[in-house]
Amino acid sequence: MRAAVLAALLLAAMPAAGAEERRSGFADMSAATQAMQADDAANPGMLWVLDGEGRWSRKAGRTERSCADCHGEAAASMRGVAARYPAIDAERGEAVDLAGRIALCQTRHQEATPAPRESEASLALTAFVAHQSRGLPIAPPDDPRIALLQAEGAALYRMRRGQLNLSCAQCHDDNAGRRLAGSVIPQGHPTGYPLYRLEWQGLGSLQRRLRGCTTGVRAESFAPGSHDAIALEAYLMSRAAGMPVETPAVRP
Amino acid sequence: MSGGLRRGAIVAMLLATMPAAADEPRPVMIGGDAIAASLTGRPGDAARGRAIVADRQRGLCLLCHAGPFPEERFQGNLAPSLAGAGSRLSEGQLRLRIVDSARVNPDTIMPPYHRTEGLSAVGAAWRGRPVLTAGEVEDVVAFLVTLKE
Ligand code: HEC
Ligand code: HEC
Ligand code: HEC
Repeated sequence: MRAAVLAALLLAAMPAAGAEERRSGFADMSAATQAMQADDAANPGMLWVLDGEGRWSRKAGRTERSCADCHGEAAASMRGVAARYPAIDAERGEAVDLAGRIALCQTRHQEATPAPRESEASLALTAFVAHQSRGLPIAPPDDPRIALLQAEGAALYRMRRGQLNLSCAQCHDDNAGRRLAGSVIPQGHPTGYPLYRLEWQGLGSLQRRLRGCTTGVRAESFAPGSHDAIALEAYLMSRAAGMPVETPAVRP
Repeated sequence: MSGGLRRGAIVAMLLATMPAAADEPRPVMIGGDAIAASLTGRPGDAARGRAIVADRQRGLCLLCHAGPFPEERFQGNLAPSLAGAGSRLSEGQLRLRIVDSARVNPDTIMPPYHRTEGLSAVGAAWRGRPVLTAGEVEDVVAFLVTLKE
């Protein structure tokens, strides 16, 4: 039931007409793939969410503490958190993405070795935390440091790159909705990460998705967790502000 | 700059920007909106050119263009069909558009197939190499010339 309501919500947020209208990649998918995302029993991404839920209450590190020991019920404490990342980590005064934030808790508060980025453990915890924001509008923090980062990200988004000399904007703003060979070019909103991609047969991060786009134009990829990667994500999130979080989304 | 390269403009020489890759570097003469002479000094091979155009790893053309390739299922719609390109444009005009379409339209999304300068953040595997060698450009041009409507 909840899934059906979510699907209705996603579709309502994305009117078919109007070049200025924002639309999630969900709207460009086949009905079958949409149904897979919308039904928790069929959505493969939910397996990682369940795995993450298990990890949430598992004690770890020198402090022998679980995430739950400090944060309690994730449904309450993590609600809306993913919708405002990347955000500033107060201790370092620097922006981190959600996976980086979780790794900081593992080193700083659990005194554990953090799960490497894009490992199954990191993806599962990130998916579990982000899932607590499903259906909530993306809402980047109102912070001048984040605004600066968004501006840097916007420049990266508009920069032509790679041997094929294409910017993100040339595909995702200027040609969204058209066909690049067999694929409809989506607007490129980061609403569903980490998400299950049929092509990957697994769950993957936004960074992994971006590697597909950067190597597609034969460009260098952004190093996950790097300043540029976080700036680009901050811009993508500001561009998607107000759109509902879909984690775990499904994409072709 | 771009305006100066449109039809009727004086001949510009593009020496430095041409890569000295596997093929012998030759001066590329851009006259108006065309490169009149073959980049290799020899005519290309239309059959090889057709294979390059249809190849999604080498030519990549069908990512954006459709064309007379009944055997190819997924063709793009970001660009005009290649059908009839040989009627609309001369051989020299076709050559310039493959070598560096930005010379005709600075905002183009069509990749510069035989230019290596002025590009940013090129991946290590591709750095310093053009998308197509001079010989491959000639093969593609030889094929496009045959696309009459
Ligand atoms: C010992 C207590 C402790 C443990 C254990 C802990 N955290 Fe945290 N967490 C914090 C504190 C304190 C903060 C606030 C930021 C800071 O001071 O580092 C925080 C912040 C966060 C945030 C950002 C919240 C926001 O509103 O921006 C997330 C997400 C998070 N933790 C996830 C986790 C996860 C997942 C785990 C388990 C792997 C975990 N934390 C383990 C104490 C803890
Ligand atoms: C040549 C066109 C092209 C360029 C350039 C490009 N992309 Fe993409 N991008 C695509 C296509 C096509 C897809 C969908 C792939 C699919 O469904 O197989 C996609 C997917 C995405 C998605 C996933 C959206 C979702 O619904 O999950 C994001 C985010 C994205 N791109 C961001 C970017 C960014 C940021 C850049 C620049 C660094 C970029 N892209 C450059 C074509 C492009
Ligand atoms: C990323 C998209 C893209 C790719 C890849 C691409 N083109 Fe283009 N091409 C375009 C666009 C868009 C135009 C329309 C003119 C413009 O906007 O510059 C164009 C124009 C042309 C024209 C002129 C058409 C006319 O009728 O005026 C020819 C010929 C052409 N392309 C051939 C090719 C060939 C051959 C390849 C592969 C070797 C190729 N293109 C690859 C996007 C692309």
